Amino acid sequence: MNDAHRAGGQGLLEVLIARKTYRIASGQSLEVLRGIALTLARGEVGVLVGPSGCGKTTMLRIIAGSDTDYDGTVVRPPPGKLAMVFQEPRLLPWRTVDDNVRLVAPRADEAMLAMLFDTLELDQHRSHYPGELSLGLARRVALARAFAVEPELLLLDEPFVSLDDALAARLRDELAMLVDRSAMTTLLVTHDVDEAVCLADRLFLLSPRPAHIVAEVPIPLPRRSRTATDMATIKAEIARQLAAANAGPAAP
Amino acid sequence: MLRLASLALLVTAWSIGSWTAGEQMLPAPTTVLTTVIAEARSGELFFHLAATLARVAVAFTLAMTIGTMIGLAMGRVALIDRLGDPWLVVLLNLPALVVIVLAYVWGGLTEIAAVLAVAVNKLPTAVVTVREGARALDAALDEMAHVFAMPRWKAFRHVVLPQLAPYLAAAARSGLSLVWKIVLIVELLGRPNGVGFEIGIAFQLFDVTRILTYALAFVVVILAIETFVVQPIERRASRWRTRTA
Repeated sequence: MNDAHRAGGQGLLEVLIARKTYRIASGQSLEVLRGIALTLARGEVGVLVGPSGCGKTTMLRIIAGSDTDYDGTVVRPPPGKLAMVFQEPRLLPWRTVDDNVRLVAPRADEAMLAMLFDTLELDQHRSHYPGELSLGLARRVALARAFAVEPELLLLDEPFVSLDDALAARLRDELAMLVDRSAMTTLLVTHDVDEAVCLADRLFLLSPRPAHIVAEVPIPLPRRSRTATDMATIKAEIARQLAAANAGPAAP
Repeated sequence: MLRLASLALLVTAWSIGSWTAGEQMLPAPTTVLTTVIAEARSGELFFHLAATLARVAVAFTLAMTIGTMIGLAMGRVALIDRLGDPWLVVLLNLPALVVIVLAYVWGGLTEIAAVLAVAVNKLPTAVVTVREGARALDAALDEMAHVFAMPRWKAFRHVVLPQLAPYLAAAARSGLSLVWKIVLIVELLGRPNGVGFEIGIAFQLFDVTRILTYALAFVVVILAIETFVVQPIERRASRWRTRTA
């Protein structure tokens, strides 16, 4: 593996993973990722869409720098300029909502935090402990924590999974608003095509394991002006691309 | 209220015991109390209590600090665990008396030898408890701290330490009771002051009143530490847990 901090390439995030394997309990090795190449320009929102268990979380962990055991290179912003929303909220149960956010973002000023808590409707909960929050609220805190860092790169791993549809849609809108406001580079992982089409500037479609990118779909239309028909068109395009990839001479 | 009633029952049982066994074998609570007051008036009681408490404090702090560091290292690094485990088993099973006698033989009848002997006795149990805590640390939270580039000390204080708190509290609790018992033996065997020394003298004179006086006084001190120091710290550390209504 080889990690670098933006060595003059064209993207803010450049990922090249030749191979990632796990050694499983029986001693065999399991190939999870193969030939992943992905670049995001500054301010772009990339969305990785793929079936469950295809290795999306593994890829995100490599990009975040918490897994360094792979063949390839990742060019990412330096430490401290990176934030992540995990699949579970991963808050510190023994610290209040406010402290959870401030601990990772010591330089965040009060005005910015107040606005963030207000946008995510958390202002009533700042002195609560995570154990006192519902899952939906805890996920909002995880979002607030990531945005408070004002990162150059924001990674999100299925941040709305196991929420009901209405709440997930609301949080998705809030996320879109925050992303537009801050213009940070974002990479989101999901298995939900609707979510992907709502948020992405650039879609990456993943195959089942070992995952590789079967198609890259740029969506030039601004997020806010996407209508239901636009989204249906994009979804049809995704379906077509996936069908073409599966029909082609792909790995059996 | 219930605690007080239970305590009253204990004192009553003591009185009845003293009445049947005779003052020689088991002096009445009032006799002991009078002696406590007399010893306190003369200053003797406080002098010996202070000597013992100082030894308890130093040995306890030493054992807890070093024990926590070793326990953390063993719980987090598999190699250190494998290397350290046989040592730990030896230390755990070494009788307290052997450690004390060896410390006095090698170090002379000195204060340093005494305190070190006590600390070595407490050390392995602290290591074992903290190691369990370190093994149970949540890797997901570690990853979070790493991704957000939390500085090492900050991550230790806010991510690791709160997870270790229950284990540290358990180690401190059992440690305090173990340490003061061993300090008494150390004093009996080779120190010219302290509660253990006084009890040794009382034993030679078959003075049960004196034995009970010093034992009681020290139990009260330990109870006070438990109530006014250990419990408040524990309450503060666990205030984030949602209280079940």
